[in-house]
Amino acid sequence: MTQSAAYWEHFDHEADIGVRGVGPTLAQAFEQAALAMSAVITPLENIDTRQAITIECTGDDPEVLLVDWLNALVYEMATRNMLFGRYAVQIESGTLTATAWGEPVDVQKHQPAVEIKGATYTALRVTKTGDGSWIAETVVDV
Amino acid sequence: MDLNQLEKLNDTTWQVNPHGAMHVPAVFYASESLVKNMDEKVYEQACNVAMLPGIVGASYAMPDAHWGYGFPIGGVAAFDPAQGGVISAGGVGFDISCGVRTLLTGLTRQQVEDVKTQLADALYHTIPAGLGSTGSISLNDKAMDDMLTGGARWALERGWGQPEDLDRIEENGCMLGAHPDAVSAQAKKRQKKEMGTLGSGNHYLEVQHVTEVYDEKIADVFGIRGGDVVLSIHCGSRGLGHQIGTEFLKQMVASTRDYGIALPDRELACAPIDSPLGQRYLGAMRAGINCALANRQIITHLAREAFSRVLPDADLKLLYDVSHNTCKEEEHEVNGQMKKLFVHRKGATRAFGPGHPDIPEALRTAGQPVLIGGSMGTGSFILAGMAESEQRAWSSACHGAGRAMSRRAATRQWHGRQLVDELAARGILIRSPSMRGVAEEAPGAYKDVTDVVDAAAAAGLARKVARVEPMVCVKG
Repeated sequence: MTQSAAYWEHFDHEADIGVRGVGPTLAQAFEQAALAMSAVITPLENIDTRQAITIECTGDDPEVLLVDWLNALVYEMATRNMLFGRYAVQIESGTLTATAWGEPVDVQKHQPAVEIKGATYTALRVTKTGDGSWIAETVVDV
Repeated sequence: MDLNQLEKLNDTTWQVNPHGAMHVPAVFYASESLVKNMDEKVYEQACNVAMLPGIVGASYAMPDAHWGYGFPIGGVAAFDPAQGGVISAGGVGFDISCGVRTLLTGLTRQQVEDVKTQLADALYHTIPAGLGSTGSISLNDKAMDDMLTGGARWALERGWGQPEDLDRIEENGCMLGAHPDAVSAQAKKRQKKEMGTLGSGNHYLEVQHVTEVYDEKIADVFGIRGGDVVLSIHCGSRGLGHQIGTEFLKQMVASTRDYGIALPDRELACAPIDSPLGQRYLGAMRAGINCALANRQIITHLAREAFSRVLPDADLKLLYDVSHNTCKEEEHEVNGQMKKLFVHRKGATRAFGPGHPDIPEALRTAGQPVLIGGSMGTGSFILAGMAESEQRAWSSACHGAGRAMSRRAATRQWHGRQLVDELAARGILIRSPSMRGVAEEAPGAYKDVTDVVDAAAAAGLARKVARVEPMVCVKG
């Protein structure tokens, strides 16, 4: 079975923007989806990854878990006033534990394009593809 | 959207007759070209809403309808609790009570033109905008709950505003039935430092001048003349509203099956109005409305301060404040009987016609002001509710231009700095912390709001009163 490397990309939604993470494992696809969400706000290379925080979410449905994961990050970004540029995710029997690395928002440096209101259930998909890699994607409301 | 799926009732009314699980028709109010340009998803979403329990009349789409979350943006749907009617977090949206308020300034374009740069800078420095900006107000637990119960009235008590402002806000500035207890600690924490901030995305604060008056009589009642300068503020309930939307959407998704509701789309998740979850959401959502009203009230206060520093003669009087993401309990006539309905307006503005008791007395003969935001380079419109609108869509009208192009496509086509320079050459000053944010909000990325309001007027949703163009735009 061939497995492609992990990557992220955006896809179009009429009013907002879609985030897509692809990776050899479900956890890596979730990491990439989170990177895609960070990149909605500012280019990833702008974010120093010097401060770490931990996050935990639980849920048996991987699609609901993706939305929960992204919304947990939206919450951490908003209440800590931080941006994150690196993620490490582990998913075991419905429990997601993650570390996110980033830094406080610096408006001059980051020039944040938008603030993310929340991850939605629109165009939500978490699935394993024919080549064995995982896709995790949904639309975020900005 | 494929016109063959629709029955044309007249030039601006298109109907999908109930089929499959639809309880009622879906009705689109728009010109042929607007309907044709709507995404197929809008058709699907409007039909899906028609399948929800207890829906009354029809699932309506306004002329600016576009692909939303479960409900189309620009969707209006009323539910009868007596018939198992539901309330939906997605039908209100993440930015609860996002809306527009417009203030008269008592100034003419010429008076402002001379000091436009100073005014733009003063507004930009006084009103926090964009991600990472926090207000100077920090609320403790008690103040937070008071704000969530009191709305703009609470803000006024704290010294942010003038007593006559309240009369010019829907619900007189204070949404009754709010339950701060139904709002999570997380939602409150997200709001702690965000009072009096504009946010980002399509939110803005604009100094505008009146370029055209279409209805002199109503404009006179509203206090608007050609060449006048007005101030408009577009924003919502900030982090608190977003968190309420996120949390209740999840709870509703999880409990739909328990309530025996079959959903064509998970995002339509809802709960019966008369269920514990429905009531809890209602209480939290109303608290979110108060948060938005308080937020716009504080921004108004800050804007008045900025104006007074640059233009001491300015007297900023509130014309009106509308919310376009809400669910409200209202009385409407259904088959000759008055009924209490829960009207969801997702990206739609309430538009009560002349004589309605909820319109402030001074404006009552004219109809409720309906404030429509355009994009930063084009115009915005001031409309007035029409009597006919009650029969059309429970007295509702459009809310804005709607995007014509995705954010991604916009950033490929435009550069923020270049746009700022081009708009400056046309006399429009942009102030924003993010050039990419400006590019994403490029005027060309939006539909022409003129077509939208013309369709709204032709469909009998709201009457055109005046058009305004920006002079200064502060964007988050």
